[in-house]
Amino acid sequence: MPASLSARLCSLALSLLLIAFALPAFAGPFEDGVAKFANDDFSDTEEAISVVAGSGNKLAFPIISALQDGRLMADPDSKKVYVTGADGKSIDAATGEAVASVPDSASAVRLNNRLRRSVDAALGSLTLQSPDVGTRLQAAQSVFKSHEETALEAVDAAIAKETNRSVKAALGEARAAILLFKADASELEKLEAVATLKARGDQEAMALLTGMGDQPASVTKAAASAIGSIQSSLAIWSSVQNAWYGLSLGSVLLLAAIGLAITFGVMGVINMAHGEMVMIGAYTTFVVQEVIRTRYPALFDYSLLIAVPLAFVVAGAIGVLIERSIIRFLYGRPLETLLATWGLSLVLQQAVRTMFGPTNREVGNPSWMSGAFELGQITITYNRLWILVFTLAVFAILLAMLRYTALGLEMRAVTQNRRMAASMGIATSRVDALTFGLGSGIAGIAGVALSQIDNVSPNLGQSYIIDSFMVVVFGGVGNLWGTLVGAFTLGIANKFLEPVAGAVLGKIAILVLIILFIQKRPRGLFALKGRAVEA
Amino acid sequence: MTPHMLTRSLDRSATIFLAVVAALGILIPLSNLLLPAGSFLQVPTYLVALWGKYVCYAILALAIDLIWGYCGILSLGHGAFFALGGYAMGMYLMRQIGTRGVYGNPVLPDFMVFLNYSKLPWYWYGFDMFWFAALMVLVVPGLLAFCFGWLAFRSRVTGVYLSIITQAMTYALLLAFFRNDFGFGGNNGLTDFKDILGFNVQAEGTRAALFALSCLALIIGFLICRAIVSSKLGKVLIAVRDAESRTRFLGYRVESYKLFVFTVSACMAGVAGALYVPQVGIINPSEFAPGNSIEAVIWVAVGGRGTLVGAALGAVVVNYAKTFFTSGVLAPYWLFMLGALFILVTLLLPKGIVGTFNAWWDQSKEKRNAAALASAAAEDGVTEPKMAE
Repeated sequence: MPASLSARLCSLALSLLLIAFALPAFAGPFEDGVAKFANDDFSDTEEAISVVAGSGNKLAFPIISALQDGRLMADPDSKKVYVTGADGKSIDAATGEAVASVPDSASAVRLNNRLRRSVDAALGSLTLQSPDVGTRLQAAQSVFKSHEETALEAVDAAIAKETNRSVKAALGEARAAILLFKADASELEKLEAVATLKARGDQEAMALLTGMGDQPASVTKAAASAIGSIQSSLAIWSSVQNAWYGLSLGSVLLLAAIGLAITFGVMGVINMAHGEMVMIGAYTTFVVQEVIRTRYPALFDYSLLIAVPLAFVVAGAIGVLIERSIIRFLYGRPLETLLATWGLSLVLQQAVRTMFGPTNREVGNPSWMSGAFELGQITITYNRLWILVFTLAVFAILLAMLRYTALGLEMRAVTQNRRMAASMGIATSRVDALTFGLGSGIAGIAGVALSQIDNVSPNLGQSYIIDSFMVVVFGGVGNLWGTLVGAFTLGIANKFLEPVAGAVLGKIAILVLIILFIQKRPRGLFALKGRAVEA
Repeated sequence: MTPHMLTRSLDRSATIFLAVVAALGILIPLSNLLLPAGSFLQVPTYLVALWGKYVCYAILALAIDLIWGYCGILSLGHGAFFALGGYAMGMYLMRQIGTRGVYGNPVLPDFMVFLNYSKLPWYWYGFDMFWFAALMVLVVPGLLAFCFGWLAFRSRVTGVYLSIITQAMTYALLLAFFRNDFGFGGNNGLTDFKDILGFNVQAEGTRAALFALSCLALIIGFLICRAIVSSKLGKVLIAVRDAESRTRFLGYRVESYKLFVFTVSACMAGVAGALYVPQVGIINPSEFAPGNSIEAVIWVAVGGRGTLVGAALGAVVVNYAKTFFTSGVLAPYWLFMLGALFILVTLLLPKGIVGTFNAWWDQSKEKRNAAALASAAAEDGVTEPKMAE
């Protein structure tokens, strides 16, 4: 092995040196190497691979990958080698010039298992020095995973040249992984490797440390302590991950429940069709995106920004219509309101089913909402993050509206004492209609957000209605802060219970806990005090 | 139940109702069994099963009317008690299959063999005996209602809050019964029944008998409800419905009254479920769906809450309409109609069919009485000054 290694290193250095001076027209070592493929002899092919891979020629990567896929054709008569592309076009492997057709006498260069390994290694080292940062990072990570000893020199060479910090770190980790498994690496090197892996501190690093086999005593000890520290940091990260999932779920719940909190809190109206307002918002998003796709494709990234006000207007208008035509006749009869709005939800669902079909509709993510980024050991997707931000923004705007606008003042007055408010000249029925419209409109914009993470189907609202009621009841009626706390508490509790009890049992546990909680505090966490609750 | 209580509790509509149910309960099975198939008056077997289903729904509606119409408790989770009773009966029927199942295991039902159960879960013990299953049909829903009601009524959870947590209860049960490792057949539920008390469940005679039994159960349930609502206890319940705080301040223990009636109602729903399962031949978790419970409430609203007769009538009318519309070309419009029914009944017909009819009857009777009085007075030659004006 060392002999062939040094021979390969020599040829690598030599070819690098020669390439710098050789002009393409002359038959340099690269061209000689390429010609060797035509011999169709396994040892010649191996030599050719190392020469080509080490040449630094930009044709090296296409040639080796063609070899891997059996697309490298060699003509034994003319000693010419061709790369055929997937599209049927071919080039001369030595010069890169396009050729009209590959001669009939040419056949694919054969490989055996040993050669396949060198092809893989050669490709690995070629991609490790690819000009594209993303490709280099990926290559380093794949070396980390495979930790093949043969890749070590390629990694070392890449580290020496690397300027990008994150790629360099990934290469360092890959090197550590290789050294840890390399039988003849020194103890010092191995200890350093353990330290590097400990700093990486994720599941994969721990897997390497636990599976490293027989090692010197000092290394085993260092690895044990590294495993311990990784485990505790992983536990913390998994809690952070759960908390993030919980916040994300909480934001969805809050978004769905916030409109309900307004109608229920201010007007005492149980709106079972609330979920359908969410659904209408989601379908508004769908329609907006359809129009944009067919008419103005350039605007696609702004589709959500357009859909938010539209969904608010559409759902809000339907809300006002419902209030004027049905709900105002049922004030003071909450149970009847519940039944009537349930019937309404059936009608709305069926209407949407008739118009748009019963199946899921495709709503796309704009580019700024797709993808994810890493934060420590956890992955955060942009759509979840934006929904959290959006929810908090909606909440803040709503809170400010209730506090600082005339309509907000009137709404609060009506909530606190309807008859007194009426005596002071507030048109309570107008306030009721607007409040119901506001609650429905907010449900509509919740639908815009939910269309990004959930299936847009006529049943969209159904899946949120019970959860939203739980949030409102848990948080306490008539208090937006209660809804906020309720939503995030339920979201986080749900996500922390899930790994322990499983998704379904976790949900059942939450429902049972809420039922028990209501026994203790029948009016929720943040109950309104005073006479208002007796009304 | 004393004869005195019985006679006092029966008014005209109740008598008509009992007579009709008894007649149906006797005539339909007889016509099905005795008349030759295909003859004009013969009721086909599928219709017997279908009407048997309606009668079970009518019992469920009675149970809901008892608590909603007379005590003001709107339960959106009564489907859960119905389904629990159904599951208890289903478990008995599963144990009766014995070695006739696909896997031929004498003890384990097919789905358990399929899911690699090594032995019967403890809560399936005893369900091979009919008396035990019949007891459980009452005990399981009753116990759940008792515990749930005890917690809820004691801490004065009322109105929409109660409605919402009953809905959450049935939703939680729905999720639980969908799980395979819960031991109740998961998604598929319990089905493929063979016989009940030694009679083949598919046989015409068994179906006719089950129909007659359902009618009998409806009559008994109705009499129990009448007895409750026309007793002193019933007066207190109505007081709770109309002014809960005032009743409490008068010294009644409101929560005990509510708890009693809620538990009775749950047991009735359980019986309805138990009669329902052998007639439709399957019980699965979808019976727990919150939508089902709300639909049952609308039967009561359509028929007229607080009338008992109306509840049963509403259940039959709405379900007949459902069968009629969902089987034809109008199927896509059924949900529109059901939704509209919810809205229109609450808006325009708050007393329901029977309630509105009763109000109209009373009014016209008053008018007739007044007219009779006036004509009698005129014949006597005495003019009443007020009438003359």
